Amino acid sequence: MTAFDVPTALVTLLVVAVVWAAIRLAARVRGRSRGFLSDANRATYETLHTAALAARHLGSGLTPHGSGKAARHVRALLDAPAIAIVGPGGSVTWDGPSSHHAEATARLAAPALRDGETIVLDADEVGCDQADCPIRVAVIAPIASEGRVVGALAAYAPYVGAGLARATSEVAGWLSAQVELAELGKERARASEAELAALRAQISPHFIYNSLGAIASFVRTDPDLARDLLLEFADFTRYALRHSGTFTTLAEELRNVERYLMLEQARFGDRLQLSLLITPEVLPVTVPYLVIQPLVENAVQHGMSNLAGTHTISITAGDLGSEAEIVVEDDGAGADPERIRGILDGTLETSSHGLGNVDARLRTIYGDERGLVVETAPGAGMRVSFRVPKFLPAAHASADHRLAAS
Amino acid sequence: MQLASLLAIAAVCLATVSVGSLGLRMSRATSDFYVAGRAITPRRNASAIAGEYLSAASFLGVAGLIWQSGIDILWFPIGYTVGYLVLLVLIAAPLRRSGAYTLSDFTELRLESRALRAFASLLIIGIGILYVLPQVQGAGLALRQATGWPTWVGSAVVAVVVFLAVAAGGMRSITLVQAMQYWIKLTAIAIPAFVLLAIWSRGDVGSVDFGDWAIPSTDPVGLYTTYSTMLALCLGTMGLPHVLVRFYTNPDGRDARRTTVGVIGLLAVFYLFPPIYGALGRLELPRLAPGSRLDTMALQLPGAMTDGLLETVLTAMLAGGAFAALLSTTSGLIVSVAGVIDQDVLRPLIARRSGEDARGAATYRLATAIAVLLPFVLSRLLEPLGLATTVTLAFAVAASTFAPLLVLGVWWPRLTTVGAAAGLGVGTLCALISLAGAFLRVDPGDGWLAALVARPAAWTAPLAFATMVIVSRLTPSRRPPHTNRTLNRLHTPESLLPP
Repeated sequence: MTAFDVPTALVTLLVVAVVWAAIRLAARVRGRSRGFLSDANRATYETLHTAALAARHLGSGLTPHGSGKAARHVRALLDAPAIAIVGPGGSVTWDGPSSHHAEATARLAAPALRDGETIVLDADEVGCDQADCPIRVAVIAPIASEGRVVGALAAYAPYVGAGLARATSEVAGWLSAQVELAELGKERARASEAELAALRAQISPHFIYNSLGAIASFVRTDPDLARDLLLEFADFTRYALRHSGTFTTLAEELRNVERYLMLEQARFGDRLQLSLLITPEVLPVTVPYLVIQPLVENAVQHGMSNLAGTHTISITAGDLGSEAEIVVEDDGAGADPERIRGILDGTLETSSHGLGNVDARLRTIYGDERGLVVETAPGAGMRVSFRVPKFLPAAHASADHRLAAS
Repeated sequence: MQLASLLAIAAVCLATVSVGSLGLRMSRATSDFYVAGRAITPRRNASAIAGEYLSAASFLGVAGLIWQSGIDILWFPIGYTVGYLVLLVLIAAPLRRSGAYTLSDFTELRLESRALRAFASLLIIGIGILYVLPQVQGAGLALRQATGWPTWVGSAVVAVVVFLAVAAGGMRSITLVQAMQYWIKLTAIAIPAFVLLAIWSRGDVGSVDFGDWAIPSTDPVGLYTTYSTMLALCLGTMGLPHVLVRFYTNPDGRDARRTTVGVIGLLAVFYLFPPIYGALGRLELPRLAPGSRLDTMALQLPGAMTDGLLETVLTAMLAGGAFAALLSTTSGLIVSVAGVIDQDVLRPLIARRSGEDARGAATYRLATAIAVLLPFVLSRLLEPLGLATTVTLAFAVAASTFAPLLVLGVWWPRLTTVGAAAGLGVGTLCALISLAGAFLRVDPGDGWLAALVARPAAWTAPLAFATMVIVSRLTPSRRPPHTNRTLNRLHTPESLLPP
């Protein structure tokens, strides 16, 4: 290799970078003026594009943060020297020069906010003592959501044209639609939270009744065992009936499954065989609270519905890199796949709603691609599995709620 | 002699491939009850982290460098260990509490930006490959030293073995197996060291004179090199892709801290040995075999000090140990890098192309193949720089990109998205410039420029930190909206949370 000359290399790099930047810039500039669009089409395209840019920041309504980012694009839409957005609670977001007018905006917008009418203010009303200020007049249009005025859009200009007044009230109307969309989004989030709350898994009354019965049968013959079982039962109910938090760790959840299985084994004795294969690496993974226990309960019911013979239930938790997979398997009677599909879709009413409930919660939390996977056939047992990601930003939200509540 | 080393290496490779299924069975042996009692203890996790961390660079590279450059290189093993102290003090517990599994996850959580997540993923891939590169080269060297085969054979063997082990799913986070790796490596480096020391002490040890070798360098370039290396190792450890993943296994922040303390202890014990090889080599092996590379110094040492069966056994042990070291490090890194390629590159790409979700196993194998092939191809294209030097460059890249992001992300509420992006950008750019300089061997003299590109951390890391702070100060409106909530989560001890 010939000697490597540093200055030459640096200069070459620099030249390459400059040429590349120039090409990119040229492509961008040309991209704007070129194409098959007519002028009218281009105007439409640009307006829609600007509107889309503004809409992106209004996803959560007229918050100071969102308005602040959207204001620039709204100003571009109106082609006014300066605009202000008055949000709920009177917060004012100013965009453009002459921000000394920002303070007065809330006062000027009061009539528009009160009456829900677009108003035009002349130079006297706006009142500016600075000679070089481009702002002389203002048009203020209300922003309404579901019939209620929630804010106002103020456009400031040197003079009032018919176009400006009309454009302002049109853009305010468009903003109103965005605010309503944001409201709708919030409604939907609330609805899914409520759904999640309604889906809180519940321990089945049969289980309480059966467990207490089994414990009672040991009270005379084996008091120590009865006492242990009673304590397990107490711990189980405390876990299952706790009121806070949507999430827990896989370790906690599995410990509770163990308590449940201990109580079931007290009832069924040797007829219920267990096999747990837990990869210790996945124990800290965050999972929705009471997500495995209903599946195990379902497996026990399935396996034990046939009175004779022993049945095995195996629970596997495996590590798949960025995900953990949990499998609950039984060698019981199995079921018709169509029936299971019906249960998961919610179209089929059934006495055991464990499967449908867990499936719905998993889908609500992680999205539709992460529901339960059920493999079964009549007489072939049943294998229920699901996967949870090791990291989910929202999964830790409940810890924050707990923190806030404490 | 050749046959024994070859057998040792073959045994290590075979064990690595088969350990997947075997280890999987061992690590989840069925026990009916008491899941919680089977959680991974900080002690075992510490062994696993140390087992995965100790690479061929630690096993062979450090000894060779000490032999060549003298006592200044003692900072290397110290730095490799001190990195965990910095990690312990600054970020171990908060990072665990964040619940992040990869560095990309942390970036997304803290800065609430998908674009920065993508950037972080690319960085992880880059750092991982830069770290794997010397391991692949080291494999070639170790095999050539043992058998005389060309270097590409060893590199190809490592690539294939790691691909098989990782793609089969076996090597994925089997803590028990990685924990055993540490003790295997410690044995493989300690026993030959004790035997060689014993042989040496029975000879004539009247006056030991190391000469200039034992005097620390005081010229400015030497000092700069030392300090820059220290900074890279101190800050770089936290940004290595295969380290953070292991912390996820700890149940809480407290255990994360305990694990880190354990790692520091284990590494300190291991790093006692490479200097012994360096010093013994200085006394007993004045000159390397013609045509051999510096990194094989430790492998030549038994031949210089003994012969016959003992030489064969010791060399085989060292060669096998070095191979075990680079296989476990490589597979740990490839698991992390392949995970990132799979999750953040391939699956979104396939989902966009085909309009539906790609299903797991196939894309993961493809990702593994990519992650193994890239460093293999690079190892054929680039002239080896020396194991420890290349690994230190990987540390330097991590120190000038992820270190500022993690430290400021955990401790500085005013970090903004723009600031973090600017800091990462500047850090990456500087790192790329110095990498290009180092690999193209700018200024092969012993001057400042060579030191600046070969050990860039001393200027790139502060530059990245400063950029992040200054740009964040200039863009106060771009703070991620949920900063306070995120920081609360990172810093609140679990014991304060109601059950």
